[in-house]
Amino acid sequence: MVSKRIIPCLDVKDGRTVKGVNFVNLRDAGDPVELAWQYSRQGADELVFLDITATNERRKTMVELVKSVARQVNIPFTIGGGINELSDADVLLNSGADKISINSAAVRNPDLINQLAAAFGKQFVVIAIDTKYVNGKNLVHLNGGRIATDINTEQWIKEVEDRGAGEILLTSMDHDGTKAGFDTHLLKKINQTLSIPLIASGGAGSMQHFADIFLEANVDAALAASVFHYGEILIPDLKRELRKQNIEVRL
Amino acid sequence: MIGIINYGAGNIFSLTAALDRQCISYEMVASAVDFDKYDHFIIPGVGHAGAAMRKLEESGMVDAIKAIDKPVLGICVGMQLMTEFSEEGNSTLLGIIPVKTLLFTNDLKVKVPHMGWNRVYTQSDNRLFKGIQDGSYFYFVHSYFIEFNSTFTVAFADYGLKFSAAFSKNNFYGVQFHPEKSGEAGEQLLKNFSEL
Repeated sequence: MVSKRIIPCLDVKDGRTVKGVNFVNLRDAGDPVELAWQYSRQGADELVFLDITATNERRKTMVELVKSVARQVNIPFTIGGGINELSDADVLLNSGADKISINSAAVRNPDLINQLAAAFGKQFVVIAIDTKYVNGKNLVHLNGGRIATDINTEQWIKEVEDRGAGEILLTSMDHDGTKAGFDTHLLKKINQTLSIPLIASGGAGSMQHFADIFLEANVDAALAASVFHYGEILIPDLKRELRKQNIEVRL
Repeated sequence: MIGIINYGAGNIFSLTAALDRQCISYEMVASAVDFDKYDHFIIPGVGHAGAAMRKLEESGMVDAIKAIDKPVLGICVGMQLMTEFSEEGNSTLLGIIPVKTLLFTNDLKVKVPHMGWNRVYTQSDNRLFKGIQDGSYFYFVHSYFIEFNSTFTVAFADYGLKFSAAFSKNNFYGVQFHPEKSGEAGEQLLKNFSEL
């Protein structure tokens, strides 16, 4: 069977990584390409770059970043942030990105999902969703969880799947940053009804949290940022632990 | 020199980057009249197999491709093009290798697309996998698969069922996974192909 994927996520602004990174042997902690290469050497299965550049130069810097990563890194990667129309996706895919991820743009214009799937194939289209539990309901949030919508998360997932999403990246804002574990309850419920791959995000703090989310929710992949960047969890250690618990991982 | 068949089907940046990293020389080929210049060929491909076949037909290179007697490697949809038929759009394909491309159906109880790293086991001794440990992981992204065939399958993977991860017939080879995205094992496979 296909192995469970471990995915480090890198936030990038103006072509540089933003969050602190604490690796040994790193010449330039702000260089996303060097970080990506290091992660690929450590055994990361895939990478996600989230571009938060807000300037007019955004597209140019993203394209340069994608090309540099594709030149040097031999594992797949997804790029998200600032993709609002077909031409944004087209230029990134042609520069070597394997998948593109959209979040707010899909909520604002759901038809974009259909257009992307028709133009490039659904396997290139990752829908990122930030969800938060509000008054007894899981609601989709925008702008990193700051803006609430009245869209029910489970209904939204069903809709994006029908529209041609190839994969769901679900971040629980209630768990994100807590290091208290993934939102197993919600992820398990979602995963039971989903026929496309699901990436769990938000809450990773220990190796056991990764084991739990794979064993209990059977998600396809788990994504984390700070525990990897600060070296709190090393990917080779994590994978050995997962394999010890009979979870299939690429070692 | 490898000729990469350029018929407008998808992104080949990652493929050329992987060849660059291995110091394997290549050029894009857009017309059959240039075929004599190359000693190896790669047929890339992503997206819809039927749409890719139509583009290949429009390129006017179909007959020349079938007649190549040097090593040819089809990657992903490029491999599927070598089969007789795909359930994707019920498309008639090149028919170089007499097998079919089928959809992963619901009754297999697997998520589609098959996306991620899966183990590949060799079925017969093949120079394409020289120096690659049996059961190595390769990166797959596809919704349609090529049926397992005891004559032509040289390596298989398991996703709800055993399917052809790699096949060959004479000088024609195909891999369903993406060697350019499959870490060191993938780079070794590209190197092996270039040395055939």
